[in-house]
Amino acid sequence: MSLGAQHHARAEPLVSIDELTYRYPAATTPALDAVSLAVNAGEFVVVAGASGSGKSTLLRAVSGLVPHFYGGALSGHVSVAGNDTRAHGPGDLAREVGTLFQDPETQIVMGTVRAELAFAVENRGWRPAAVARAVEEVALALAVDGLLDRPTAELSGGELQRVALGATLAGRPAVACLDEPTSQLDPVAGDELIGLLRRLNEDQDLTVILAEHRLERCLAAADRVIGMVGGRIEFDGPSLGFLEWALRSAPYLVTPGARMLSRVGLDPQPGVKAARAALRAARLLPDLARTPPPDAESESGPTRALPQRRWKRAKQPQALTFDRVWNELRDGPVALRGLSLSIAPGERVALMGRNGAGKSTLLRHAAGLMKPTRGQVEASGRVALLLQNPTDYLVRDRVAEEAPAAALERFGVAALADRHPRDLSGGEKQRLALAIVLGDGREEAGGAGASAGGSGLQDPAVLCLDEPTRGMDRAAKEDLVAILRTVAGAVIVATHDPELAAAFADRVILLADGAVIADGTTAQVLCGGAYFATETARILGGAGGALLPEAGAALLRRERVSADVGVTVRR
Amino acid sequence: MSYRRRSSALHAAGAGAALAWCAALALTAIVESSPVVLGALALVVLCASAFAGVWRELRRALWLASLLALAICVVNALVTREGLTVIWRFGNLPILGQTNVTLEATVYGAVSGLRAATLVLLGALYSLAVDPDQVLMLFRRWSFRSALSATIATRMVPVLIRDSKRLADAQRCRPGAAPGRLQLIRATTSGVLDRALDVAAALEVRGYATARPAPGGARRPMSRHDIGFAAAAAGVVSISVAARIAGWSAFSAYPVLRVPAGVHEIAVGGALALVSLAPFADRRGVGA
Repeated sequence: MSLGAQHHARAEPLVSIDELTYRYPAATTPALDAVSLAVNAGEFVVVAGASGSGKSTLLRAVSGLVPHFYGGALSGHVSVAGNDTRAHGPGDLAREVGTLFQDPETQIVMGTVRAELAFAVENRGWRPAAVARAVEEVALALAVDGLLDRPTAELSGGELQRVALGATLAGRPAVACLDEPTSQLDPVAGDELIGLLRRLNEDQDLTVILAEHRLERCLAAADRVIGMVGGRIEFDGPSLGFLEWALRSAPYLVTPGARMLSRVGLDPQPGVKAARAALRAARLLPDLARTPPPDAESESGPTRALPQRRWKRAKQPQALTFDRVWNELRDGPVALRGLSLSIAPGERVALMGRNGAGKSTLLRHAAGLMKPTRGQVEASGRVALLLQNPTDYLVRDRVAEEAPAAALERFGVAALADRHPRDLSGGEKQRLALAIVLGDGREEAGGAGASAGGSGLQDPAVLCLDEPTRGMDRAAKEDLVAILRTVAGAVIVATHDPELAAAFADRVILLADGAVIADGTTAQVLCGGAYFATETARILGGAGGALLPEAGAALLRRERVSADVGVTVRR
Repeated sequence: MSYRRRSSALHAAGAGAALAWCAALALTAIVESSPVVLGALALVVLCASAFAGVWRELRRALWLASLLALAICVVNALVTREGLTVIWRFGNLPILGQTNVTLEATVYGAVSGLRAATLVLLGALYSLAVDPDQVLMLFRRWSFRSALSATIATRMVPVLIRDSKRLADAQRCRPGAAPGRLQLIRATTSGVLDRALDVAAALEVRGYATARPAPGGARRPMSRHDIGFAAAAAGVVSISVAARIAGWSAFSAYPVLRVPAGVHEIAVGGALALVSLAPFADRRGVGA
């Protein structure tokens, strides 16, 4: 019998939080405010909320990191499997609680996958035979058995996160606390991870507490959702009720599918399957024969034919051109394979693909950080690049010293001029880093940059952003999209987030194994797949090229009118 | 520079044997003072890196080790007032005062530099060819925490190298004047502290703070490579001790240079090289 099953048998909450209020050291407001919660064994709980709402702190309280590791002031009680976290630190609680953070790189402490999986159980003093068995079982459960003797330094992001999850679960904890584990994963790996958690929850009675921003990915798997606002639990109930509550009280937490359904007067549903069922029941599911996805209009499939066509057609001046660019790493794989494409001035491009597909490498070539081993990259002016971690740009003591005043004003961080850059929130750091890379445009004098946003600043010919929305909530993403719309030059965003691509881009390039496999309008590319597609497109099967809830709802209203007309005619 | 399993006899050996082999060479480099023997040891490390398939990675360490050796030689020549054979008179230099470079001080500096370079190269070879996870398992039963701290410190090196590369790339993306060196150092230090905090949190939730050693279990049987490198380690120590007892590798620089480089010294150097490198000849079962 697993630990979770034992707690079931006792019929006590596995995790019990009673009037918990917690304030981080030097913070003026509490991160958690009078939180009470009981989680039973075997539950799959999703914790939803904006950045700073207290999701991560709640998980840290369950794992004992709060207050033992972070310090601060705590009142109230947290009990995990009967252990009061005031008396038991994270080391003791590690027997009951497995914790997984966002960044897999900082969680992997050993040199090989086998040693990493064994680490937690070795810490408990298990016998070598028991350690070997635990490693073998968790490796099989998570399908990392083929990686056991691989050095952890050579793993991809998705593999690393899977191994980190394995290390979390190897000791068969009763509860797994996972803090945005999919934020650095591509859609394929992210969906796989959620599916895997659901399977472990069902097969092994593992209790899961999962904090996530991308709710469309995990609500369908959840038994229960906790909605947090300002450190307080404002909602606690099933997914369906959560979406109804979010529509009323926290619109930024509503999933795209739920938003679309609510716009046509249907109850919001979690997940693609439930949403399609609701549409089918209301006889609103679009007829794909009448409203086909854009990709199906051509027999040859335009998304496959487009790259070459675009490349041959690019006679007019381009902002950025890749001409048969190869990047073959010494002692390593081929990162780019004869890649040819051109980006027009002012074009908005989303670059998508799995982890390791070559997105970051392409952007680094564009910005001149890497040189092609073969082929040529040409830009009509300066190429600005915002790398994945905005903190890497912040080296000075005051925000005001990092970028020109006009740039700070433009990106809405002028009011923070006297703060230390590293003390800013994630979204604020992102905006400050954008102000830094776009600069004051002095280098653009006489160049290709254009004045933007009425600020008088000269933008670079091309602005590239590498995974700018990692760990961002929906509101911060919308802010970023609004900012990017003010940039005058071409913008290329490498992203795993189809919703961001749909909201921002007019062209999507899909990479795989260092080559372009699809290049077309946003609707053509994002309506044509299962993973690299928005939730709206997945629900509607790509019908009519609708990607966002508003467009999907408009399509459904037309469907309703057509159906009504059809019924009238038949009568 | 980090460990990666490769197809070599040294990688195939267990951490205990590989560690003993490295330790024996390091010990010999520390106690021996003959330039012939030290040169032989440096050659052994370079050949071993080639046989272990890590020569490319070791080249950077070779460059650093050469600079270190040169620096030690120059500094010793300039600051040491001993030795009778003056080869260069600098006269009265600022800070250093009256400076005469002697042959003895220069040679002594060169020998010290060679020793330091050999140890640096040996350290690099150890990092590249000895599995840190196995080292942790080896020392766990005696000092779990210390062994773990050492292993994690080793593991942090590539992480921090990646971080510093990222920071450098980000600074290359900044338009206008680059930030000052001091600012970059401070930013890097902050980043290191952030990283350390993240790793510490990960260790806490894996039960490191309450870790306890495992009860004894079945040990891994010794492979042919374990036996080969353990025997080589014993051989190196034996030759070194025998040479010391026989006084075959005596070297003194002051007041007058005495560098024995006869048959005995060459024989000791040759024997050390032969014994140290012999285990690499066995290629059976070395597959990664």
